[in-house]
Amino acid sequence: MTIAPSPVAPATTTDQLLRFENVAMTFPNGTTALSGVSLTVNRGEFVTVVGPSGCGKSTLLRIASGLTPATEGVTQVDTSRIGYVFQDATLLPWRDVQSNVELLAELNGIPKKQRTATAKEAIDLVGLSGFEKHLPKTLSGGMKMRTSLARSLTLNPELFLFDEPFGALDEITRERLNDELIRLFTEQQFAGLFITHSVSEAVYLSTRVIVMSGRPGHIVDEFPVEFPFPRDPDIRFTAEYAELCGKVSHALREGHS
Amino acid sequence: MTTTPPAPPKVRTLARSATVRKAKNRTSTWLPPLLVFLGLIGVWYAITFLVLDEKRRFLMPPPHEVVAAFFDPATFVEIMQALGRTTLVALVGLAFAIVIGVLWAVAMSQAKWVERSLYPYAVVLQCIPILALVPLIGFWFGFEYPARVIVCIMIALFPMVSNTLFGLQSVDPGQRELFQLQRAGRWTILTKLEFPAALPAIFAGMRISAGLAVVGAIVGDFFFRRGEPGLGSLLSTYTARLRSAELFATIFVAALLGVAIFALFGWIGKRVVGKWYDFSAN
Repeated sequence: MTIAPSPVAPATTTDQLLRFENVAMTFPNGTTALSGVSLTVNRGEFVTVVGPSGCGKSTLLRIASGLTPATEGVTQVDTSRIGYVFQDATLLPWRDVQSNVELLAELNGIPKKQRTATAKEAIDLVGLSGFEKHLPKTLSGGMKMRTSLARSLTLNPELFLFDEPFGALDEITRERLNDELIRLFTEQQFAGLFITHSVSEAVYLSTRVIVMSGRPGHIVDEFPVEFPFPRDPDIRFTAEYAELCGKVSHALREGHS
Repeated sequence: MTTTPPAPPKVRTLARSATVRKAKNRTSTWLPPLLVFLGLIGVWYAITFLVLDEKRRFLMPPPHEVVAAFFDPATFVEIMQALGRTTLVALVGLAFAIVIGVLWAVAMSQAKWVERSLYPYAVVLQCIPILALVPLIGFWFGFEYPARVIVCIMIALFPMVSNTLFGLQSVDPGQRELFQLQRAGRWTILTKLEFPAALPAIFAGMRISAGLAVVGAIVGDFFFRRGEPGLGSLLSTYTARLRSAELFATIFVAALLGVAIFALFGWIGKRVVGKWYDFSAN
């Protein structure tokens, strides 16, 4: 299956950061998780992938990050600065917020002084100043996720991979974090590949929505989203937004049947 | 009434009710075991004076005689010195068991083949009746202090090995991937992720091993009696001489030593990891 180049990629920056071409993934036990997936993420884009559970969308992200190599096809990543936000916050419970946020810089051998400053900045960016000394068990789900976001931000990523990061949060927290993410996206200039199973989240966040279907995972459709950034929360109540969500849902259902 | 600010008194009442609740909790923790203790003392007296005739009363001397025997100056010094020696053996044995156990588990956590080769021996060690090995240990290491420590180590080792291994392997896969994404090396993963994550399990193992170390130390000096006597040697001496009040006093001291060491390691564990790990949740 070939997909036409996206018409929405902003004209200012068009260089490619991530490219999948005919990627397939078959696990050792014989299940095929993905087949014939081709997808490009360019600078300035925020691409979301929606699909039912088990359609291989998380596998796609793991391939992009290098955690699991694909069994077929070409995967090309054009940056070494990759941020990865997991489904769970994956904070180390014995470290406070500050030192959790410093972790990735620490693992990359960045000197203490510098990483303290970078972490501080990232903590400010996600709105957690004042919580530096708090241990994860004293934080709410949303605050844990913010800490996790801040931790990835310290790497100053060019490509940000999100694996259903807000899936476990309540609606209100989720919407607030969506807005924060959009603000970060507009300020920090990273490209995003965001996995979700929420249609409305996908449409709200992204410049492009990819619809996947399972058995084996493949791309069934793709929709550009043309609302301007930063996004006005009220677009959720417009007819265009509802129409686009309708189209995506429809594609999901058709792909699924 | 309306002019007084309502908030402060409310806060005070809340605080007070919290203290009351705490005090109540404390009573409800201490009262039942205390009642059982008093009940047991009662049963003890009943057996001594109602069940046993005078000739056989030495089988269970009444509690006040045990207390009197304990505070008899000569006996007291004897028991306290023995207690000191046994405590030392238990702590040295425990220290060895902790170091050997943790290293053993770390080695097994580093490669599946090491685990497959070594874990069965940890289980075997746990299963052999240590008493069967006692004569051999005596042959090899003499019938003194080192042999006592070795028995102690053998008895206390297994919980350290199994708990540490369990802790190291229970690391959340997501956290592991977080480290893999930064291409962290084996040593970094061990020291910054696996080992801290295993600490609660290590301390749980330490508490069990601490109790066993006391058992090991007493068994050790029960059999290896050359050199200065520990609690185990005292037990067999008092038994041989039919000094039953002293025997009972020594048994209680040994029991208290076990409880004290168990509690000490529980407390240390809470101090070290209690801030981020909730022991009571398990």
